[in-house]
Amino acid sequence: MDYNFLREVADSWGLLYLFILFVAVVAFTFRPGSKRVADDVAQIPFKEDENNGR
Amino acid sequence: MRNGLEAALVGLAALAALLGAAFAKDNLFQAHAWVLFFVLAVSTVLLLRRVQFASSGKAVTEPDTSGYMDDVVRYGVIATVFWGIAGFLVGVVIAAQLAWPVFNIEPWFNFGRLRPLHTSAVIFAFGGNALIATSFYIVQRTTRARLFGGNLAWFVFWGYQLFIVMAATGYLLGITQSKEYAEPEWYVDLWLTVVWVAYLLVFAGTLARRKEPHIYVANWFFLSFIITVAMLHLVNNMAVPVSFLGVKSYSAFAGVQDALTQWWYGHNAVGFFLTAGFLGMMYYFVPKQAERPVYSYRLSIVHFWALIFLYIWAGPHHLHYTALPDWAQTLGMVFSVMLWMPSWGGMINGLMTLSGAWDKLRTDPVLRMMVISIAFYGMSTFEGPMMSIKSVNSLSHYTDWTIGHVHSGALGWNGMISFGAIYFLVPKLWNRERLYSLRLVNWHLWLATLGIVIYAAVMWVAGITQGLMWREYDDQGFLVNSFVETVNAIHPEYVMRTVGGLLYLLGAFLMVYNIWRTIRGDVRHEPAFAPVKSAA
Repeated sequence: MDYNFLREVADSWGLLYLFILFVAVVAFTFRPGSKRVADDVAQIPFKEDENNGR
Repeated sequence: MRNGLEAALVGLAALAALLGAAFAKDNLFQAHAWVLFFVLAVSTVLLLRRVQFASSGKAVTEPDTSGYMDDVVRYGVIATVFWGIAGFLVGVVIAAQLAWPVFNIEPWFNFGRLRPLHTSAVIFAFGGNALIATSFYIVQRTTRARLFGGNLAWFVFWGYQLFIVMAATGYLLGITQSKEYAEPEWYVDLWLTVVWVAYLLVFAGTLARRKEPHIYVANWFFLSFIITVAMLHLVNNMAVPVSFLGVKSYSAFAGVQDALTQWWYGHNAVGFFLTAGFLGMMYYFVPKQAERPVYSYRLSIVHFWALIFLYIWAGPHHLHYTALPDWAQTLGMVFSVMLWMPSWGGMINGLMTLSGAWDKLRTDPVLRMMVISIAFYGMSTFEGPMMSIKSVNSLSHYTDWTIGHVHSGALGWNGMISFGAIYFLVPKLWNRERLYSLRLVNWHLWLATLGIVIYAAVMWVAGITQGLMWREYDDQGFLVNSFVETVNAIHPEYVMRTVGGLLYLLGAFLMVYNIWRTIRGDVRHEPAFAPVKSAA
């Protein structure tokens, strides 16, 4: 495994893998029905405090 | 017996430091080992005074471990403020040293040694303590679980302070491996590694025992910050020490590989320490202070992943027009420019959290502070990608424009969001009704803002002046200006930069007074910021 191998992986399959992974993450984030879940979990910071976690 | 084991271990460490001083291979290591010995010896005495024996008549009091672990956060807030003042003060001193060289006091207090002291004090001591304290606070509130690992959180806190003290005293003694933002030598790096692994254990352990099924986005940012900084620190500091009782070590890399590793580290220290970690603060404190959920939670997730995917490749923009292969320079530039999108997405997400509640800005200076920090985040993440474009960089690189850019990010974004977090946390942590004075917060806000604006503006002028003078040729192809002429040309800007820094420091002193009075339990009687009557 030398420099050239790493370099070729980085600008071919590696690049493709990361790109697809990223697109998949974004697609999953905006999947149908995710808005309801997201609005729900956005409230997490407001759920705490009163009894200090006891 | 409480604190007994801790006292014994620290005492043994002090003995080891003493032996290190006795058998040191060089004078610097000896001096540094003496520093370590005195710090640990004093710590041992302090710990011994807090040892509780069961036989002293009453039963050993077991600490209450049922609720959130907030003592360590309280210490963290105080440490943040303390190191903040220290770091800003040294910043003003070195600004004055550049304007008036007479302030260089050799050998310990000249610019070359105080400069890393300043950068490490503000980034790692002030920023690092702010990150540790707020991450411990936020992860407990958003998982509704107590910190994992019992006293491990205390080890993280005190271990990190020891790292800071060793790094800082090392710089003053002249111990450095000459890597920017990674100056400490191998033995201090090893210690930080131990502390950082403990930090990861506390944080990830708390996440693992969360009572809230979903991991709130602020924790994603904190976790990525902890993991990535661990990776960066380990790789960039790979080195072989000459002796186990000496300061000197040699990097595992050489030449341009060393330079690229260093700036892969350096830029991702900006990306994950100063950006991802502080975004964790933003995604918790801005919604809390505005009392509304983040504008778009899904945008915050895209913000996270886009930042993670892009930032790690941006480092080569620090090495434009060097021996680094051209394709790598272009890669760094392209990824830096792409970073515009997640950065501005995040900025919009933070700012729009106030949508429908903009009137709160009139009455709440703490919220104002957080909003101005987001505005500076937007400004510096616009400026940075622009400066990474090669043709712009050929003018800006090595000039004070870079210094100005760093400070609009650090003073504006990191500083202001930390101040906002401190003003949010102090009344909560010490069970006070509110801050001692909101008027003082307002004064702090405007002094700091004015200071940053002066600083950034004069550094633009100084940087562009330098850049243009360095590249000025006469009709025969000779350089027109000698270096010292460019230094002379920007002297007025250096003086004004010192003034800008002083204003920022002055604002921080107001914060110290304000939170000191708040912790004491005082409330200043002052007219509230009146909401403007609606036109309807």
